[in-house]
Amino acid sequence: MTALVTALGSLWGLFVEDASLTLGILVWFAIAAFALPALGLRDARGGAVLFLLLALVLLENVRRSAERQ
Amino acid sequence: MSWAHVGTVIVAAFLASLVEFVEALTIVLAVGTTRGWRSALIGAGAGVLFLTVLTLAVGPALQRIPLGSLQLVVGVLLLLFGMRWLRKAILRAGGVIALHDEAAIYAKQTADRISLLTSFKAVTLEGLEVVFIVIATGARGLLAPAALGAALAGSLVVLAGLGVRRPLARVPENALKFGVGVLLTAFGVFWVGEGLGYPWPGKDLAILGLVAGFSATALLAVAVVRRSAPPAWAGQAGRRR
Repeated sequence: MTALVTALGSLWGLFVEDASLTLGILVWFAIAAFALPALGLRDARGGAVLFLLLALVLLENVRRSAERQ
Repeated sequence: MSWAHVGTVIVAAFLASLVEFVEALTIVLAVGTTRGWRSALIGAGAGVLFLTVLTLAVGPALQRIPLGSLQLVVGVLLLLFGMRWLRKAILRAGGVIALHDEAAIYAKQTADRISLLTSFKAVTLEGLEVVFIVIATGARGLLAPAALGAALAGSLVVLAGLGVRRPLARVPENALKFGVGVLLTAFGVFWVGEGLGYPWPGKDLAILGLVAGFSATALLAVAVVRRSAPPAWAGQAGRRR
């Protein structure tokens, strides 16, 4: 049981290092899956929006991380 | 059945499969160069084995697998892993964290499992697409020429991979991790978009655009980090905030 918890913990740690980055990616995914189609943006423009939103998540996350150090 | 017809099937399967094989090779090369070849090749080999068994077991029924759902799951996992990697490479390049910190050494010990999984997922997903291509282009009794075209493409890509392995090993470690983070993130966004039904302009060529876009974003992020981080002496006198 302990070994399983340790294994799951290390697996979790490999994907989730910074909670705010993971949360940002999940919010991005929710927007991609629900908000953009509802706005009629699931077309060629949608790809550009997906890229821009994720680029913003990354930029904001590293800026905040740098300030926290 | 004319030779022209058979030749067209071989060329079509070759070209379409070439794109998928190159995509799989890119990820295996990226993971292998940064995390070691053993786990990357075991993952890739396991992917090939899994696909072979699956193809022999169910054959054309494979076309019923919901590729969109598979792309979605693999895409989100690649994004979580790739963005985490890219973030750390940016913070290192910006001087916020040390190039060789203890956490990184610990992460390297545990990341082999993930590098194996990443290679496995990429090879399985791209390989499954190759199987679909062979089935689609080889319909009406031309499966063998289509499979031949795909096999030629696979052999060519493996040879190309062997050729670029050594030059890649000379690139500095953080630059490689930076590049791998960009690649995994670009593939992750592409697959999530595909899985959700977004039409990418230029289809698979859109990956190149995403790679260029995330490279530019990451370089901009390094500049932002350098400007946002407190000067090195601030840590000695106490934290700024």
